[in-house]
Amino acid sequence: MPTIDLRTSALRDLNRALHALAPDTNETRWIVENPDGRHAVAVGLDAAVSVEIDGHVGYYCAGMNKQASVVVNGNAGVGVAENMISGFVHVRGDASQAAGATAHGGMLLIDGNAGARCGISMKGVDILVKGSIGHMSAFMAQAGTLTVLGDAGEALGDSLYEARLYVRGSVTSLGADCIEKAMRDEHRAQLFARLEAAGLAGEVDAGEFRRYGSARSLYHFHVDNAGAY
Amino acid sequence: MAEHPPAPRTAPRLSATFTPEVMAEIRRAAATGIYDIRGAGAKRALPHLDDLLFLGASISRYPLEGYRERCGTEVVLGGRFASKPIHLKTPVTIAGMSFGSLSANAKEALGRGASLAGTSTTTGDGGMTPEERRHSRTLVYQYLPSRYGMNPDDLRRADAIEVVVGQGAKPGGGGMLLGQKITERVAGMRCLPPGIDQRSACRHPDWTGPDDLAIKIEELREITDWEKPIYVKVGASRPYYDTALAAKSGADVVVLDGMQGGTAATQDVFIEHVGIPTLAAIRPAVQALQDLGLHREVQLVVSGGIRSGADVAKVLALGADAVAIGTAALIALGDNDPRWQAEYEALGTTAGAYDDWHEGKDPAGITTQDPGLAARLDPELAGRRLANYLAVMTLEAQTIARACGKSHLHNLEPEDLVALTIEAAAMAQVPLAGTGWIPGREAPGNGPF
Repeated sequence: MPTIDLRTSALRDLNRALHALAPDTNETRWIVENPDGRHAVAVGLDAAVSVEIDGHVGYYCAGMNKQASVVVNGNAGVGVAENMISGFVHVRGDASQAAGATAHGGMLLIDGNAGARCGISMKGVDILVKGSIGHMSAFMAQAGTLTVLGDAGEALGDSLYEARLYVRGSVTSLGADCIEKAMRDEHRAQLFARLEAAGLAGEVDAGEFRRYGSARSLYHFHVDNAGAY
Repeated sequence: MAEHPPAPRTAPRLSATFTPEVMAEIRRAAATGIYDIRGAGAKRALPHLDDLLFLGASISRYPLEGYRERCGTEVVLGGRFASKPIHLKTPVTIAGMSFGSLSANAKEALGRGASLAGTSTTTGDGGMTPEERRHSRTLVYQYLPSRYGMNPDDLRRADAIEVVVGQGAKPGGGGMLLGQKITERVAGMRCLPPGIDQRSACRHPDWTGPDDLAIKIEELREITDWEKPIYVKVGASRPYYDTALAAKSGADVVVLDGMQGGTAATQDVFIEHVGIPTLAAIRPAVQALQDLGLHREVQLVVSGGIRSGADVAKVLALGADAVAIGTAALIALGDNDPRWQAEYEALGTTAGAYDDWHEGKDPAGITTQDPGLAARLDPELAGRRLANYLAVMTLEAQTIARACGKSHLHNLEPEDLVALTIEAAAMAQVPLAGTGWIPGREAPGNGPF
């Protein structure tokens, strides 16, 4: 089990080593110590390995992740798991702004709170935040799910496309073209699956959530909607 | 009693302010309630490279023999931090244009033409298509605010990465691709439902400002193991500061796009009234790099209204390392060709003026996703036309450089130029022809920027 101490090893060497892993590598579990808020830790991975980071990380940890499981035993800075394609990223602390931005797939699990613009422009990822999320979250979110056990800040889902938003707590306000929608069986099943994937099956009642989605009234530009922009 | 002839009447006089075009736009706006959206770049008359002339060799300088003595054209981009900089045979590159705004055939043709000429082409908002990767020897992958189609596999497949902050046609603006161009394939690449209007964000979702940009660039370098050159593209607005900040943030290459640079679609008012002309942007950008001691170490690529080898030579003489062409490349492929005149007329326009690229009805089959129209463009033939055009531009630039006594295009310098107008002299910081006067030079404390 390789252990990399970022106080004595270069970040560049860590990422290069992770990129060089063969699909059938035996080195499937990596430990990163003393990240000390370094940016771009464990980015661009494309192997079914697990990387555990002991400490806080800066911007873009696990950016563009594919296949890998990345766990942050601390807080994460801006853009954790940005543009993730697949795999699993778990922040055991809080996450800053733009968590999961533009991510296409995989799952981002945040045990604490997430800052503003969580899930901005998300394109298929499943994000689950056990705490609350900041303002303008899911802005222009295209696809995927954003599940929030706590509260959502102002302008949730502004200019939303087809992403589904599940919030258990309060929503300060909804953004342009974002509306509350009925929770049908298919949505309850989807939400249950997300909770189960986060290890929360049996702990959290899917019936306590409300669903938000796009009213689709801004899908075609029309002058009558100019006031909505 | 003799009759008096009728008194002379005042001749009908059209307003220079309310021209027929202005009045037509007022009537159109009044009828529709919506601003005009179109493609291409600024169409108004602007101070431009035509306002500059070269001083050929004379007694004080001697020229190089036209068909015998070498005049180099090769350029290396991205050697500052990237371990694999790109090597081009000509400094004329192809600017970013998206699959979505352009047909797959058009993208393939751009790749074919650029590859034949030994230069690079660039993806656009919407990701990389297999066709353009396959047919592009050197492909620059744009990293845009929308991140449509962005994925790490294509990032690694690219030869360079271009972080797009803005473009000359609309610095500070995003975009919108209307639903009629969002086919199943385009929608699939952008993770959107087919047929809806697709908005492109004007700001990146996960960074703002130069400090963040430096971190974003570091991330992209880490993902690609510091191999790929990283460009930063800005629309010409505050070129001194934007160039300085891009260089400070760690860019290998700065791409500077003047307001004549084209777009797939945006508001006409944006195209014509936001940003500054290419001519006005080059010297401040070069000055920024010189002030940082990074001129030539960070390469400057200039775009926006580049049409000929003369334009190329002038831009390089002002201090740039390369140019990029977009609109001119489309014209070389066949855009606005008079052979389609009848169809342009049916669309209410004429060959040479067609700019409703967003509507997807392009008779030339370039700015469309309509399969029937797109099939009109043969990518192999169109690519050959583009390669020919690139070769001509390169030869023209060499012709001028040799006449100025330069053994490489990069040896051209501002001292080789004079300006025809006071405006051009001030913007390009070269003397008004026949004088030693460089407007603005006498007040250095004020700075030209």
